[in-house]
Amino acid sequence: MKEIKHIINDPMGMHARPAGMLVKAVAPFASKITVTAPTGTADAKRLIGLMKLAAKQGMELTITIEGADEDKAAEALQAFLSANL
Amino acid sequence: MKKGIGLPVFSGVAIGPAVVYRKAQRTLPVPSGDPAVEKAKFEAAVETAREQLTALFEKAKVEIGEEQAAIVEVQLMMLDDLDYLDGVNLAIDNGSAAAIAALDTGEEIAEVFAAMDDEYMNARSADIRDMSHRIYDILCGNTGFTLPEGSFLLVAEDLAPSETIQLPRERILAFVTRQGSSSSHTAILARTLNIPSLVQSDISFDDAEDCKILAVDGFTGTWYADPDEETMDMLLAKQKEAQAARNALEAYRGKESITRSGKKILLVANIGCPEDAEAAVKADAEGVGLMRSEFLYLGRDTLPSEEELFEAYRKVAEIMGDRPVVIRTLDIGADKQVDYMGLEKEENPALGLRGLRICLTREEIFRPQLRAIYRASAYGNLNMMFPMVASVWELKAAKALCSKVRAELEEEGIATKDVPIGVMVETPAAAVLAHELAKESAFFSVGTNDLTQYTLAVDRQNAKLGEFYDPYHPALLALLAHIAKAANDNGIWAGICGELGADPKLQEKFIEMGYTELSMAAGRILESRKLVCESEV
Repeated sequence: MKEIKHIINDPMGMHARPAGMLVKAVAPFASKITVTAPTGTADAKRLIGLMKLAAKQGMELTITIEGADEDKAAEALQAFLSANL
Repeated sequence: MKKGIGLPVFSGVAIGPAVVYRKAQRTLPVPSGDPAVEKAKFEAAVETAREQLTALFEKAKVEIGEEQAAIVEVQLMMLDDLDYLDGVNLAIDNGSAAAIAALDTGEEIAEVFAAMDDEYMNARSADIRDMSHRIYDILCGNTGFTLPEGSFLLVAEDLAPSETIQLPRERILAFVTRQGSSSSHTAILARTLNIPSLVQSDISFDDAEDCKILAVDGFTGTWYADPDEETMDMLLAKQKEAQAARNALEAYRGKESITRSGKKILLVANIGCPEDAEAAVKADAEGVGLMRSEFLYLGRDTLPSEEELFEAYRKVAEIMGDRPVVIRTLDIGADKQVDYMGLEKEENPALGLRGLRICLTREEIFRPQLRAIYRASAYGNLNMMFPMVASVWELKAAKALCSKVRAELEEEGIATKDVPIGVMVETPAAAVLAHELAKESAFFSVGTNDLTQYTLAVDRQNAKLGEFYDPYHPALLALLAHIAKAANDNGIWAGICGELGADPKLQEKFIEMGYTELSMAAGRILESRKLVCESEV
């Protein structure tokens, strides 16, 4: 299992568009990827669930990745987060 | 340039882009009963939605801007959302048809977002609804009708009240319909909005869709697709002239409506909703002679609550202030059907369960309306009248219910005022019995549209019967004279609230007969006042 921590930089928080892009970014991976924010936990492959977190700028996200391709997924996620959120 | 004709229902000239209104075909396809089939239908609809949204996204990016495009993009992403897809599939497994599953699941998610403590996420509920409605519409075979930005002329086969009510009225320059008649609802709306319009026109949807500019001449009943320069100049000159004529009528604003022989006439407006009341005040109406209350019941999926009705009546009462307002109680049925009331389809709805007949048989529908009217009575000068009365007992029964409702409100400590109760005379039976009804009424208001159709046995929605629908028919005029005499003999007032109220060829005749109130589309008030003030009768 891999774990990534990330503090949200985007002034609008994790709004619909970056949430949708996150879903797209993790879609190719078989691993189970879970996003935990202070407001709750969501499956990173489910857009509406991510939006329900209503995660804001400055909140810390903890992302766990578990599965056969977790190394590659973690690498891709890290890149995505620093570029988009 | 192409041109053609139609029956003009309001004068004036309109020039602008044309939009064709295609009926939303919200007919649910018959469910197959097989979840696998329904799922396949749903998946196909999602793909169609994806194509539509992708095209919209590309267009928005180029023409409207990144922000609008991003909204479309979010909807595109939601199409793939696993929560949504799981929800729909589960609903289908539980026996739902694909269309219903798509709509209900979207609604459930939208409600969660609407309830979140986050303004941005609240607003996303609209995106989810938009997306699920799109799939629903695709599954129902709706081709989709989207309004453009800005003002436009609306071209349609015909428009039902439930359809016109959803249109952005301030952006419509004219209606051009292929069917309808001068007393159909499109025509009534055109006169309320003061926009030149044609019914029974020979325009084809292709004509309308192919042209850049459509022009309507409401004086001659002509439409022009892409008018040439000469025509355009003629139309612009006419438009200017019409504006000048309107300006000349302004001299009559704020004046009393009194004939040269000293008869005081009340010139009042027909309205359907609080927005119309504002238009009535702007048009210098001396009150409201007919509030068609059924518009509060149309274009929705459930009965309006007492509270909603009360709010609407209170608003109208407050907008009109001291000026009298006559509310016609619910006249649903006939050409105005609502599904949620669960009324059976009728072979002959104009002669069916409608108007007061529904109210007397379905007290649960009538009672909230009466309570709302009495509650609103404290805020202004309200009157009410019952539609489709044919017998004295009907009037008595409805009045008894009114007394009961008012007594209940008083007991609950809610303030009410006296609400004079009148009869909307629109059946030949009521006209013939006018002397008897007058003893039980505070006033009469004649609905000439229905009285004409019932007296002459001519369907007013049937365009082919045009020449037989003769509002100047001697039988009708004899009834009108009889009604006014019955009112005068019994010391009550009588008015005209059908389309004829604004007919310059009849207004003097009505005054001669003894009518003291004429109710009409707001846009006709000033010209009617000019006629009254210049009249010798």
